[in-house]
Amino acid sequence: MALWDLANSDCIIEMGSNLAENHPVGFRFVVEAQRRGATVIHIDPRYTRTSALADIYAPIRSGSDIAFLGGMIRHILENDLWFRDFALAYTNISHIIEEGYGDPEQNEGLFSGYDPVAGTYSQDTWQYAGKTVPSPVAEHRVQSQENSSDEGAAFESMTKSPPPQDPTLQHPNCVYQIMRRHYARYTPEMVERVTSCPKDLFVRITEIFAHNSGREKTGAFTYAVGWTHHSTGVQIIRAASIIQGLLGNIGRPGGGIMALRGHVSIQGSTDIPTLYNMLPTYLPQPNVFHDHATVDRYLATETPPTGWWSNMPKYVISLLKAWYGEAATRENGWGYQFLPKLTGDASQEPMTMAMSDRVVKGQFILGQNPAVGAVNSELVERGFANLEWMVVRDFAMTETANFWQQGHRVRKGEVRPEEIGTEMFFLPAAMPGEKDGSVTNTSRLVQWHDVVCEPPGDSRSDLWFIVHLGRRLKELYRDSIEPKDRAIQALTWDYALRGEKQEPDAEAVLREINGRTVADGKQVADYRELKDDGSTACGGWMYCGIFPETGKNLSRSRRPDGPGESGAHLGWAWTWPLNRRTLYNRASADPAGKPWSERKKMIWWDEAQAKWTGNDVPDFLADKRPDYRPDWSKRPHGMDALGGDDPFIMEADGKCALFVPSGLKDGPLPTHYEPIESPVRNPLYPKQQRNPTAKLWGRPGNELHDAADPRFPYVFTTFRLTEMHCGGIATRVMPHTAELQPEAFVEISPELAASLRIRHLGWTVISTLRGEVEVRAMVTERLKPFRIDGREVHQIGMPWVYGWQGYARGDVANVLLAITGDANTSIHSTKAITCNIRPGRKARPDVLGQSEART
Amino acid sequence: MTKIRRRLSERVAGFVRDWSLPRQMAGQSVMSEAARSTTSANLRPRLEEADRIGTSVCPFCAVGCGQLIYAKNGRPIHVEGDPRSPINQGTLCPKGAGTLGMLLSPERISDVLYRAPYSDRWEKRPLAWAMERIAQLTKQVRDETFAGTLPDGRIINHTLGLGSLGGATMDNEENYLIKKLFGGGLGMINIENQARI
Repeated sequence: MALWDLANSDCIIEMGSNLAENHPVGFRFVVEAQRRGATVIHIDPRYTRTSALADIYAPIRSGSDIAFLGGMIRHILENDLWFRDFALAYTNISHIIEEGYGDPEQNEGLFSGYDPVAGTYSQDTWQYAGKTVPSPVAEHRVQSQENSSDEGAAFESMTKSPPPQDPTLQHPNCVYQIMRRHYARYTPEMVERVTSCPKDLFVRITEIFAHNSGREKTGAFTYAVGWTHHSTGVQIIRAASIIQGLLGNIGRPGGGIMALRGHVSIQGSTDIPTLYNMLPTYLPQPNVFHDHATVDRYLATETPPTGWWSNMPKYVISLLKAWYGEAATRENGWGYQFLPKLTGDASQEPMTMAMSDRVVKGQFILGQNPAVGAVNSELVERGFANLEWMVVRDFAMTETANFWQQGHRVRKGEVRPEEIGTEMFFLPAAMPGEKDGSVTNTSRLVQWHDVVCEPPGDSRSDLWFIVHLGRRLKELYRDSIEPKDRAIQALTWDYALRGEKQEPDAEAVLREINGRTVADGKQVADYRELKDDGSTACGGWMYCGIFPETGKNLSRSRRPDGPGESGAHLGWAWTWPLNRRTLYNRASADPAGKPWSERKKMIWWDEAQAKWTGNDVPDFLADKRPDYRPDWSKRPHGMDALGGDDPFIMEADGKCALFVPSGLKDGPLPTHYEPIESPVRNPLYPKQQRNPTAKLWGRPGNELHDAADPRFPYVFTTFRLTEMHCGGIATRVMPHTAELQPEAFVEISPELAASLRIRHLGWTVISTLRGEVEVRAMVTERLKPFRIDGREVHQIGMPWVYGWQGYARGDVANVLLAITGDANTSIHSTKAITCNIRPGRKARPDVLGQSEART
Repeated sequence: MTKIRRRLSERVAGFVRDWSLPRQMAGQSVMSEAARSTTSANLRPRLEEADRIGTSVCPFCAVGCGQLIYAKNGRPIHVEGDPRSPINQGTLCPKGAGTLGMLLSPERISDVLYRAPYSDRWEKRPLAWAMERIAQLTKQVRDETFAGTLPDGRIINHTLGLGSLGGATMDNEENYLIKKLFGGGLGMINIENQARI
């Protein structure tokens, strides 16, 4: 959904997000919804300004979100509060699952298919009966695990018949009945016991949200890293998707799940990813352990035969043509072997370990500050110290760039700079206003920004850096005859350079991402024009259409809707795909193609014109009739296998997946596991404390606390501040923001402060097995003790944005955290760990005094 | 003496006539001509000095507020919310409103800094020297660590010896070329950014 579409919601649950403080301008659409009569609910461990402006605030302990959301699912199902016409037609609620499926209710907290040695699941028993369902997600297999070679062929089962369904919902293995059994014990009483939210408040919230959904009304969730930074982060979001699927809050005005992301183009860098596991726009990076030996095997294994993703070969081959040009030929598999193949998880946490282990020797750090932002800071610094060299590009000195001079280990006297061999480069970076290019916001809105002024001195854009580094490397490899150097030689790298500084033309790069025909270099206007025969080149199929013709860069478009227009602002910048503002908006109309209600109309079927029309660009085949049905006698493939009433076109069966047969590594349904570190035993599954598939890296310096370890009795969470941005260096060197938030602190409740004799503004030391930090206490009533499973549990919180550089300073909170990972994404847990806290100061002061700790 | 006194009283009277506060205290609207004085009439908006204005996007969170950047002689003089943007309609949060302070921060570094292995200090170096050295080091690590196949002969064509972190603060075009050069050209696997964490 678009950010501004939040204003059309009738009820908004903000959970895992402090929207008012961390995305203040985005929050204005919540305020607007409230002004129009919506109920705003905030569910969070801390009472913040978001809570203060909400109609209802519910406190829950960090890491208990799935117990709360699972309780909502149960309450909605058991009280028949769901939007039956929507969910029966558009979700897989009636689909029948394999007989061998085993639920955590039967199996002490584990799904069927668990391999306790590998710590991973096989998904065979989670399939639709008689089918093998392909996943629409790029990283849907365990990276280091061998996969059978017949998977692609098994997906053909989806072309033979529709998935088995029981519209009466009586079949014991239909998704509806499985969900009822799975969530049977997530009662309001259990929700209170696990989360500490009073059961009456929980029921009230669920009923308000459900009653503000349906034909006439829609509700939305908003979340941020308060949901993702857990060992169950993906499943928390999944739990919200189930609620939204049941209540009909997807693809409709004011409905959806709004991810509030933290960096200007964090969405763009996910779409066109600087991520290890994907090629541009969600194509899987080939993996040697999967059936990916040749381009044909890769495409056969990864291409779902049904649904929109059946077009994948066109996108892959067009990408290879964009990257390798004439060197990508049919004979050499379009240059497929130039691409590196994965051998395992190479995300940031394993990369940190690989630095420590001297596997990584040279490291580029491009506008990121892992010495502050990455968990287990001392382990991170150890990794930096074991590198041969590191290049840091930023605009001011960062803790990462001067770890060898002022890092934790240097300040503790463990190591001297003269003992650290890392060769360091600091390259000053140009900032917005000093370079042009496009960024993608959290609603997939791609906006161009202009160059207005000159970057000072030797500051250069990252585009300049990467283009010129590439030119030098191509020159160094020019005369090589080694096969390993063919890829860099073949790489197309002919970007026009402008002016004295030889700045590359950013629009030329955007045109390459958009795509063109190979023969005459004409811009492609729509990804439906891309081909799998090498005749088109396209760097990112989802961005196709952003630059449809020469001189027409739609991310520069700046025409907002005026009064009386639809408010979709289709003329303001450009949204992928093809300027659609709301994904799956076919669901805004009923199966027959009519809006569910006049109040909530978005797109609809126009019989006279025989096409979909409305206030948004239809996210559907424009001329596909609502009454189209696949002819199963013809073994339909692609979009032919989806009906005219199947809105979820990226799924192999066109249905919203309440139950996920393929693609999730930790189960087809969200299940409450305690955080990796928790003060309590799991009240729901006493035999299964943690997510059984969570990624743990046991090594010295990264020890974990056991459940209910009396040495670490408090829940610890990290958070952000309105005036400070993430790794913090930008806002810590900005005079205004540094003055507004000058120093790190820990927020604790008056009850805990009294029991530990901690004074407001007095010093405290917080400790874990990973390290300790020293900060002043901020004693506030915004934190309250929880009652979990019958006993009192205190939670404390600390902003993680500080470091030793800039004007505003303080200890690095991430010293306290361990490196761990969600099974699906390898995301770390920062929102719910355990710790100890005491009044006073660290036993050993820094060897560098406060005054010396400056450059 | 009388002449001087008269001149003084004329000046005082002139000042009082020009001074807007008594008129406003007497009840005239602050939005009217009553608020005008010689001083305020001579005030000029600093934006008038700008020789260039451009559309920008706030560089902090992912809400994507529109900004207008005003520059004079190649240097920014003002940053404000873009009133046309349907996202922010001219508003900015404290971070966004402080953007000019980031661009002009006294802590900003505009030289290339180099720290030799085991050294205790940074030294300034020419940009071209650093770029060549980085290219050479990149090639050296790649050549030492590149693996064409697994021991069983399966093709991997990758290097684990090089890593790259970062991208979420950058433009799509920059991310695209990082992945293209590092992944597609050099065979690097370790490419990550803030989107995951």
